[in-house]
Amino acid sequence: MSTLNPILNAKNLSIFYGDNEAVKSISLPIYERKITAIIGPSGCGKSTFLRSLNRMNDFIDGVTHKGEILFNDENLYHDSVDPVEVRLRIGMVFQKANPFPKSIFRNVAWGPNINGFEGNSELRVENALKQAALWEEVADRLDDSALNLSGGQQQRLCIARALAMEPEVILMDEPCSALDPVSTARIEDLLFELKQKFTIVIVTHNMQQAARVSDYTAFMENGVLVEFGETDQVFTRPKESRTEEYVTGRFG
Amino acid sequence: MSDSSTQGSERLNALLRKRQFRSRLFEWVCAGVTGLAVVILALLLQDVFVDGYRWVDAQFLNSFPSRFPEKAGIKSALVGTLWLVSFTALIAIPTGVLAAIYLEEYAPKNRLTHFIEINIANLAGVPSIVFGILGLAIFVRFFGLGRSVIAGALTMSLLILPVIIIAAKEAIRSVPNSLRLAAFALGATRWQVIRAHVLPSALPGILTGIILALSRAIGETAPLIMIGALTFVAFLPESPMDEFTALPIQIFNWTARPQETFHELAAGGIIVLLTVLLLMNAIAVYIRYRGSKK
Repeated sequence: MSTLNPILNAKNLSIFYGDNEAVKSISLPIYERKITAIIGPSGCGKSTFLRSLNRMNDFIDGVTHKGEILFNDENLYHDSVDPVEVRLRIGMVFQKANPFPKSIFRNVAWGPNINGFEGNSELRVENALKQAALWEEVADRLDDSALNLSGGQQQRLCIARALAMEPEVILMDEPCSALDPVSTARIEDLLFELKQKFTIVIVTHNMQQAARVSDYTAFMENGVLVEFGETDQVFTRPKESRTEEYVTGRFG
Repeated sequence: MSDSSTQGSERLNALLRKRQFRSRLFEWVCAGVTGLAVVILALLLQDVFVDGYRWVDAQFLNSFPSRFPEKAGIKSALVGTLWLVSFTALIAIPTGVLAAIYLEEYAPKNRLTHFIEINIANLAGVPSIVFGILGLAIFVRFFGLGRSVIAGALTMSLLILPVIIIAAKEAIRSVPNSLRLAAFALGATRWQVIRAHVLPSALPGILTGIILALSRAIGETAPLIMIGALTFVAFLPESPMDEFTALPIQIFNWTARPQETFHELAAGGIIVLLTVLLLMNAIAVYIRYRGSKK
């Protein structure tokens, strides 16, 4: 694990809501083309941490950061960094599927279009939908409204929308929490495919999910990073007793 | 045992009947109040139509005001109203919508913004005559625009700006934030998010607000009297700097005459004014319907 190069690297990162310190001096590497799961009880700061990785916290009033997040050795929070460019390169899938109230095609094509993509939109959309394992279900109705899709399909559409940007990292904030087990299984299968090309950070409440899909697991509690390591090790031989209590379901 | 449980269920039934009676009573009260409003409106309309319907014809729409009721018409008032509303729309719509976009999407949520928002809400409740006085002092006198269409339109714009801003703000605020975040997460700039997602979603609400505000401008009389719109105009405005009259002014003028026939002419004018208003509201309903269907 020490030979791997982190694509994202949080160093002594603290995040505050006003005076309240929600994330406390976390140092956490995110390795390239791996799936990193962040687990922990509600309110432990894992979503806040995730949003800081592509500057989505900018849209929440009163959030301030201390420390740094290196993205390919450049601090994401340096004054010279354009947050719009950060989000181009680090995509996000939200807890609740949030497709645009437009056609399936335009949902996926919009991101590349506004960023000056001049190639073949049809091909790009098709590729993204295929990667998100949605193509076969929607190929003959790309002009239908995205809102007519089922919840699981909508979430895969949101994943396709993020993939169409060809980002380097995809952040997922509990992407399956509103889905049924079948849809969840489909998305988990999808994650295995995606890590061939992308780096994925996934926040999840579901410990089985973290154990199944991730290569690395970070356990957070009360804003503190309690333990980080390879998923096997964290789940079978945790170093910290709090981690063991959490992953064995004794609290949380 | 069984005795007490029957007693219990009887008590429960009595309570249930009482609750259902109350529920129905409330429904009746609401229906009654609604019916009362409709009946009063119908009586008013009937009164106006009985008085005025004979006068509304091509000649009425096509003639200038006259001392002789049978020759009098509302051409200058109708055209003046259309001029006034067009220029009011040109001024108030861009200003109001842009202000709403700024307040909702760009302005920091601090005390200054809050203060501005409260004051806009207060302005919406200021009597229209006050705006008339302001228009007279600023546009007619200070800027020397005289009793022109443009002075009237500027005054009307001031009057309806708060209404447009508030309606547009509400419409923009009702766009779910998850939509904005989804767009931002794709590397969109704020303008791209507003242009592609916020405005299209908010458009039906914004348009409805605009039409209702313009409808209000059409019916307003007091500010126009204040800035000195003419009451007897035998010409049509040819530029925004020309003097003008408007439908409510003409109606007001006719009702002030002692002769009975002029009162009937006023009723005819009201019918024309109501028709214009109904047309505008129909457009608003249609736009909202189309927007909700998408």
